[in-house]
Amino acid sequence: MDLNFTQEERNFREEVRSYLAENLPARISDAVRAGGELTKEMMVEWHAILNRKGWLATIWPVEHGGPGWTPVEKYIFEDECCKAYAPRIVPFGLSMLGPVLIKFGNDAQKSTILPRILDGTDWWCQGYSEPGAGSDLASLKTRAVRDGDEWVINGQKTWTTLGQHADKIFCLCRTDPDAKQQAGISFILVDMDAPGVELRPIKLIEGGHEVNEVFFTDVRVPYTNLVGEENKGWTIAKYLLTHERTGIAGVGFSMQALEEVKSLARKVKRNGKPLAQDPLFSARVAQVEIDLEAMKLTNLRMLFKAQQQGAPGPETSILKIKGTVIGQELKDLARRALGPVAAPFPGHITDGNIMFGPEDTAQNAARYFNNRKTSIFGGSNEIQRNILTKTMLEL
Amino acid sequence: MDFSLTEDRRMLQDSLTRYLTEQYPVEHRNKVAYDLPCHDDAKWGELAELGALFALAPEDAGGFGGTGFDISVVFEALGRGITPEPVLGALMASRLLTTAGAEQEALLSGAAKYAVAISEIEAPYELEFIAATASGSGDSITLSGRKSAVYGGQVADVILVAAKNGDKLGVYEVQASDAQIVGYAMMDGGGAAEVMLDATPAKLLIEDGTAALQDAINAGIVALCSEAVGAMDVIHDYTVDYLKQRKQFGVVIGKFQVLQHRAVDMLTEIEQARSIVIKAAAELGGPDATRYASMAKNMIGRAARLNAEEAIQMHGGIAMTWEYPVSHYAKRLIMLDHQLGDTDYHLAKVAAEIAA
Ligand SMILES: Cc1cc2nc3c(=O)[nH]c(=O)nc-3n(C[C@H](O)[C@H](O)[C@H](O)COP(=O)(O)OP(=O)(O)OC[C@H]3O[C@@H](n4cnc5c(N)ncnc54)[C@H](O)[C@@H]3O)c2cc1C
Repeated sequence: MDLNFTQEERNFREEVRSYLAENLPARISDAVRAGGELTKEMMVEWHAILNRKGWLATIWPVEHGGPGWTPVEKYIFEDECCKAYAPRIVPFGLSMLGPVLIKFGNDAQKSTILPRILDGTDWWCQGYSEPGAGSDLASLKTRAVRDGDEWVINGQKTWTTLGQHADKIFCLCRTDPDAKQQAGISFILVDMDAPGVELRPIKLIEGGHEVNEVFFTDVRVPYTNLVGEENKGWTIAKYLLTHERTGIAGVGFSMQALEEVKSLARKVKRNGKPLAQDPLFSARVAQVEIDLEAMKLTNLRMLFKAQQQGAPGPETSILKIKGTVIGQELKDLARRALGPVAAPFPGHITDGNIMFGPEDTAQNAARYFNNRKTSIFGGSNEIQRNILTKTMLEL
Repeated sequence: MDFSLTEDRRMLQDSLTRYLTEQYPVEHRNKVAYDLPCHDDAKWGELAELGALFALAPEDAGGFGGTGFDISVVFEALGRGITPEPVLGALMASRLLTTAGAEQEALLSGAAKYAVAISEIEAPYELEFIAATASGSGDSITLSGRKSAVYGGQVADVILVAAKNGDKLGVYEVQASDAQIVGYAMMDGGGAAEVMLDATPAKLLIEDGTAALQDAINAGIVALCSEAVGAMDVIHDYTVDYLKQRKQFGVVIGKFQVLQHRAVDMLTEIEQARSIVIKAAAELGGPDATRYASMAKNMIGRAARLNAEEAIQMHGGIAMTWEYPVSHYAKRLIMLDHQLGDTDYHLAKVAAEIAA
């Protein structure tokens, strides 16, 4: 047992840290710190900066432009990115479609699509969920019918994150309505500007716009936009979901959030003293800190195992459940710490210059509400428990 | 023992609930709630006509209620409709005016809107650390300092302000037009304001006001807790209905036992919350009012958070949307904890008595 990173890993951390210090624009890290929505331009710019260094597609193999990192190096990279308040890498092209094409795509798809993901030409979004198919994804109804060398697509996707910025969407479509649910699904690529695709924004609880509905009416795309085999899309969907779960513990983000809560608690007053001296509040913070300390190790233990076995196992569901709960608890504390001044609706104040609390806390309540999503998407925490029940407990 | 409402209170409850359901439905509520002034003047007048404000004050002060139970009935109805109108300010001001023996016809009829300014950024919940000051005497009293999170302050005509005069904490009346008011819509709807006082002219209402302010806060807590009970009933109904309708994996999700039990836990907390609020309402105005108000606010803080978070979770994505009413109920239930002392603040108050 040795809890230390190797010398190479420590050197790597230094390299990442100094690259970020020199290349992450303050304008972008300030926006991340403030916690509002990032503009598309900021996200694209950040991708380009990482791509220049070859650090964008962190989980792709080297021959397709990945950095060839071990899971531990990837962890270190993400950790440093969090500490530097770098934006999250938008996952749809890089962590989802990329690995899918590398495993299931044909040569033409790999050579045309992957470079366009890397250089930012195409922004992808994920067309999985439908109004009637959330946790039970395999019940999806969006229909794709073959017509000569085209697909004709009709139906609706929903919850499409950042679809408003997207050029393309990868969709799960029903291609054999007579087969058993999972057996009749195909993985098809669609241009967002194809005739018949219509995007409608969904406003979220805190007022933000990050998800959308996407409607398909007689949308025609080339037959060759099929990825993998016809009616074998479910295998791809499942493969993608395991990739979605890497990094799901969000340890780096939680460490960042913990530091913010502590520093906030030292600044705000309760009962004439800094809130950090309030025994009940500090006990709440300490409780999460203990959970997070354990989670860091749980995460590394599972990474280590994945590194040895070559793939993450079902126990990553533990990371999803506990990681999201820790993250949500920290958002709760950041809101709670502000007391009454957590209430103003950002942007709905008659004098925009007035200060309510320490800088960068205006979004704390909004962030708390928005963050409730993390235990719902990417396989809800109930579904993760079902997975663990089946795979680990065999019940 | 009798836990039923008196005939008068039941009628008030029915008429308010019916009015709010029909005339202030959630779509209208959302239009009013998030944009300044966060107030619908016509509806305010109609609520006053129905007696929502007269019910807040005792008969000898010109009202027809004023007990904890009257307050509860009004605010539970407001909570069912997550009504953004500034009734909390009216209630707390009415308590202060009643203590002072001052005229309050304009308040109770809805003709003038009142807000109460106690909280400050460095004294969010506590009277003890208030820093705003009063100086001068008679006709030349002025106030200075910043008051924070003044609920209803964005539309108030009159603001009752807690400020220090030497070692006493007084209550002063300020015309809103004399102060600098920075209004805002709140995360959960409804409005508030920061009130900047800088040698602002004021009239003395209560010279030694600590007890009166504590009574106003206790009444405000009974109101907020009742509001939460109303909102929790609604959010729980939505959740159970959804469990019965939403199908995944070929069955309604209400068939999954893990969700059934959690919906039951929500209900259990609501019933506990309802009980403690009845207790706090019964004690309001009495010697133990502060203790029971703290107990109620602590329990409400916990029950409301559980109900809000579980309602969202068990709905899946849909309750994360602005369009679906549950999101607004959830926001109200969570943000209520930031008003008049949060879960921890009131837990500490109850805990402090153990050693005493
Ligand atoms: C902000 C946000 C962004 C999203 N982004 C995307 C995206 O980009 N692309 C995309 O395709 N999808 C996206 N999603 C959709 C997300 O994956 C779904 O919301 C999720 O799968 C849950 O589905 P649902 O919302 O239909 O809830 P439902 O599946 O209807 O679930 C309702 C409740 O029932 C529970 N439940 C369901 N089945 C069971 C069971 N068998 N046992 C116990 N409990 C159960 C759930 O856990 C939940 O609590 C996003 C969602 C949100 C909220």
